[in-house]
Amino acid sequence: MNDHDQNGIPYTTPRQSATFTQDVNSDIRRAAATGIYDIRGGGAKRRVPHFDDLLFMGASISRYPLEGYREKCETKVTLGTRFAKNPIELDIPITIAGMSFGALSGPAKEALGRGANAAGTSTTTGDGGMTPEERGHSSKLVYQYLPSRYGMNPDDLRKADAIEIVVGQGAKPGGGGMLLGQKISDRVAEMRNLPKGIDQRSACRHPDWTGPDDLEIKILELREITDWKVPIYVKIAGARPYFDTTLAIKAGADVVVLDGMQGGTAATQDVFIEHVGQPTLACIRPAVRALQDLGMHREVQLIVSGGIRSGADVAKAMALGADAVAIGTAALIALGDNDPKWEAEYNKLGTTAGAYDDWHEGRDPAGITTQDPELMARFDPIEGGRRLKNYLKVMTLEAQTIARACGKNHMHNLEPEDLVALTMESAAMAQVPLAGTDWYPGKPNTSY
Amino acid sequence: MQIFDLEKQGLRALNEQLHAQSTDTNQTSWEVINAKGSHSIAVGLDAPIAVTVKGSTGYYCGGMNKQATINVHGSVGPGAGENMMSGTIIVDGDASQYAGATGHGGLLVVKGNASSRCGISMKGIDIVVHGNIGHMSAFMAQSGNLVVLGDAGDALGDSCYEAHLFVRGKVKSLGADCEQKEMRAEHIAILKDLLERADANAKPEEFTRYGSARNLYNFDVDNAAAY
Ligand SMILES: Cc1cc2nc3c(=O)[nH]c(=O)nc-3n(C[C@H](O)[C@H](O)[C@H](O)COP(=O)(O)O)c2cc1C
Repeated sequence: MNDHDQNGIPYTTPRQSATFTQDVNSDIRRAAATGIYDIRGGGAKRRVPHFDDLLFMGASISRYPLEGYREKCETKVTLGTRFAKNPIELDIPITIAGMSFGALSGPAKEALGRGANAAGTSTTTGDGGMTPEERGHSSKLVYQYLPSRYGMNPDDLRKADAIEIVVGQGAKPGGGGMLLGQKISDRVAEMRNLPKGIDQRSACRHPDWTGPDDLEIKILELREITDWKVPIYVKIAGARPYFDTTLAIKAGADVVVLDGMQGGTAATQDVFIEHVGQPTLACIRPAVRALQDLGMHREVQLIVSGGIRSGADVAKAMALGADAVAIGTAALIALGDNDPKWEAEYNKLGTTAGAYDDWHEGRDPAGITTQDPELMARFDPIEGGRRLKNYLKVMTLEAQTIARACGKNHMHNLEPEDLVALTMESAAMAQVPLAGTDWYPGKPNTSY
Repeated sequence: MQIFDLEKQGLRALNEQLHAQSTDTNQTSWEVINAKGSHSIAVGLDAPIAVTVKGSTGYYCGGMNKQATINVHGSVGPGAGENMMSGTIIVDGDASQYAGATGHGGLLVVKGNASSRCGISMKGIDIVVHGNIGHMSAFMAQSGNLVVLGDAGDALGDSCYEAHLFVRGKVKSLGADCEQKEMRAEHIAILKDLLERADANAKPEEFTRYGSARNLYNFDVDNAAAY
């Protein structure tokens, strides 16, 4: 490239706009070419304050650590102790989040069940109902009760180990699901009672209740139908976590599932994913405060999801007050989603390993987010289950390592006092001191 | 006949006893007295029993019903027969919002009027309303039949899929992608059968059929304003 013109006058260095970035410009060109908003899977990709902005302090003289491998650090968690006759007991505080059959293939759902089982935890159905593969391979299965009620039936409800009323999802608080025509196979169409090949828009509100007073009555109905046996979870998006958690508890939830904006989705508008909802980190403390204000912390359990990737994230979420976490995206990656071994095929789809998110198109090279029989056949559910089990075990070991270093003999003993923040934003959101200080923005009785 | 006093014995005991009935139970006939607007009466039943409720009910009467026949001698609150799978629910009075919501099968009969969102998201249920229905009825209705002897409110069948909507009276307005349809012999047959089973005094020929225009089934930018 020339750096001067024919008269020897230097060109200024070509400068890309920080506002009109290449990304932004490609969005504009795509919109101009198609006339429809961009739909994609996954969660928010923008950087927001997250668990990476927190650190554990560990132990020394003022607090003493536990011996790694020798002194016990318990990881068991019981969910649904408030009203259910049969609470769910998990060996590890990491659950598999609800992901729909339709978005995921039957074998992928089976692998989630196998992996979760081997690690001693639960899986969750999703939009579209319960498949026999999933029930068969999951010893603890949470049945989602969604606005669409696709595939919803009382027989499956009675087969479930818990019921999760989905009010919202972090990726799209206030939005419904989408399953585009490409993925509506005969089986998916039949389970959902819809014609094959049409674009399915799941409702964003429940068809037979609105608001907290109705929710209380709905919970009563579900309890009556299932004879008060199984726990009832309420899943909310990270919208107004203090109030939503309060209302869910008042309505009678046994467990609140709180999903922040980084939480994945099978498919929704990109604008929704990136611009609606609050970061996971910003949601936890208000939700825990709601539980505490009602005297329900640990009595009603809190499951946090949205961007959980490692044992460190698990430990941080729990230190902030969660009883357990749920993973979606990370579980899919453990199964083999976005693996660089498919790079050549990702390139053909105009993307690259790690960035592939057009799950709704059903052409997943890894054979996980598809209903295409040939692509599905690439995925081995037994191998996938083994990989998920390994990953869950590693996360658990990591979380235990941290908890022991903080001197805790149970993951639940982690506390905000074990943490510091690296940035002002994360200090404010997590309400833990900025590293090296004893202060965070908004700390009571301070002037900032 | 088993008489159950809801006020004295409580809701939990009622549903527990009804759930304990199996397909070959010989306690096939139940009467619930003192219903007094309680929620969740006779929900989640799964046996061929007959339950008569004396008085009006609250939310979700007969919710998720399978096999049972439930007669309400009164009116029902919101969500009566929601997600029912089979069996029959007959309401002598009126029904509040969302009657038969997401129902997958069975027959829901309302002898009076039904309020808004009747048959919302229905997935195979048959609903017969002797009176009128409110606005946004059959919203996103997927399959099954909604029969209305009276009038329908605003936005009937908005964004509906393959459900058949039959209205004898006036329709205040149709919702997005809902249109008047031709009444063919097969539809007359469906109607005739449903009117008979619902004890409704009307002729199939007096009805107009509505259903999906199927223009919104796959996204098309030219229809964007309709979404
Ligand atoms: C492929 C996929 C499908 C999903 N389907 C559902 C669903 O059917 N119902 C639901 O409540 N959430 C659904 N979710 C959201 C997850 O339950 C969970 O909230 C989210 O994935 C957690 O965030 P994470 O992906 O960062 O772990 C889905 C997520 C993914 C990635």
